Amino acid sequence: MSHVVLATAGGVVLALADTINANRAWLSEIDGAIGDGDHGINMSKGFSLAAAALGKADGGLSAAFQTLGDTLLSGIGGSMGPLYGSFFLDLAATLGTAATLDAPLLSRGLHAGLASLEDLGSAKLGDKTLLDTLIPALTALDAAIAAGADFATALDAMSAAAEAGRDSTKDLVAKIGRAARLGERSRGVLDAGAASCCLILQTLAEALKQRLA
Amino acid sequence: MNRIINNPDEVVEDALRGYLRAHQDLLASTDNPRVIRERSAPRQGKVGIVTGGGSGPEPAFLGYIGENMIDAVAIGEIFSSPTAKSFHDAFVAADGGCGVACLYGNYAGDNMNVKMAIRQAAAHGLTVKTVVANDDVPSAPKDERAKRRGVAGEILMWKVGGAKAAEGADLDAVIATAQKAIDNTRSIGIGLTPCTIPAVGKPNFSIADGMMEVGIGHHGEPGIEVGPIRPARELADLMLDAILPDLPFGEGDNVAVLVSGLGATPVMELYILYDHIAEVLASHNITVRHPFVGNYFTSLEMMGVTLTVMKLDEELDRLVGMPAHSIGLTKVAR
Repeated sequence: MSHVVLATAGGVVLALADTINANRAWLSEIDGAIGDGDHGINMSKGFSLAAAALGKADGGLSAAFQTLGDTLLSGIGGSMGPLYGSFFLDLAATLGTAATLDAPLLSRGLHAGLASLEDLGSAKLGDKTLLDTLIPALTALDAAIAAGADFATALDAMSAAAEAGRDSTKDLVAKIGRAARLGERSRGVLDAGAASCCLILQTLAEALKQRLA
Repeated sequence: MNRIINNPDEVVEDALRGYLRAHQDLLASTDNPRVIRERSAPRQGKVGIVTGGGSGPEPAFLGYIGENMIDAVAIGEIFSSPTAKSFHDAFVAADGGCGVACLYGNYAGDNMNVKMAIRQAAAHGLTVKTVVANDDVPSAPKDERAKRRGVAGEILMWKVGGAKAAEGADLDAVIATAQKAIDNTRSIGIGLTPCTIPAVGKPNFSIADGMMEVGIGHHGEPGIEVGPIRPARELADLMLDAILPDLPFGEGDNVAVLVSGLGATPVMELYILYDHIAEVLASHNITVRHPFVGNYFTSLEMMGVTLTVMKLDEELDRLVGMPAHSIGLTKVAR
């Protein structure tokens, strides 16, 4: 129970699309408080296009992440298209032709995705963005790996830290993007990107756990 | 929401079809439905001029495609940046073998998508250089000018960049001149009502009746001051007081002035405002060489107005004055 066979795990991306679609209205509502209220609409559009491109997707997970990244990049624009698009493309590139996914490889893939986000945007931890979900989640994953936890336990640690990270954005003042111009008025509500990133990481964790061999 | 639309999720597609049908003398479609090019673009031997941005500001961005203006635009959802792929495809559509100048506004999404599109273009040997417009004075203090948004000053930047390219300048010269144009341009907006993205269905912020928000952005970004609406003369003073010292503009300057409605303000009111703007500028011994008054850069059905002033040297005066033809801006030789 320490790895996932990548060749048949493409359905993980369909699970991500289901989660994003189910939360379309909620994500737009969060975004509407301090943004322009279209985060759920755009994310749902991008993930639905990717799911359609994958079809039944009993193919490999690397290729499915590649399709997702390509679709987000070419399909939705805004800030989230390039950010999530390059995140999934770099994750896919790290998985590459590996036969199986274990916790250390997942960590390397997510770190590659994080590096592309940091290269593209100029956000830092605490700026009220999706990084406030992703960075603590990755830190928790790495700590679990270092402590010798099995894959499932490490995924649980990542999920819990993602949720705590998402919730931390409520008390933050936005420093970047459209909400930054609200200054203090951006305090008191979640960041929509942090919320969607949490949904993605938690769904990823659950979908991988179901496929552990 | 009283709107003339079909499916609220497809307003951009539906509008683009209308633009293409109405302006066949200017516009042509490309393989990418979100990229529109000038009918005879790419022009071999000329630097290509590209811009792009979210839909909603009208008739930006495709309204400035035309002769001696923009060659291709990337078109996003309402208030949302076009994709990196669309920017890239617009570069290709505009490239006449001399490189492409991408002249766009300072927004997080546009910055990212343009950056990725430039990487894609570089991978097949297409050189793209950028100028990022940041003319909106209230959006950040002067010492943080790099954070300011690009607003209606973009139109004057496109006019200058397009004219410079039409004169046969190389890419570096087009970029330097477009940069000079925006560096000499300052804008400010006042919003009187919010606007509604059709797919969202409710207003993006609120302003009480009888109130105005000074410094508001085209996407409802909050301004610097909310207060009761004042007479047009006082609004003109307030706007000029904010932008004239920022450059600064001074005695003896020649300028271009662009007054744009935000969509729902009657054009008559834009002229009421312009009357006093011109009067104040004249009292400072500032000469308006090129006035533009109308709906140049709106924000859906928001009520309100933006004022843009560009200080002209001899070159900028010549380039703004060069004849040009597009949906949004036409200049004829006098």
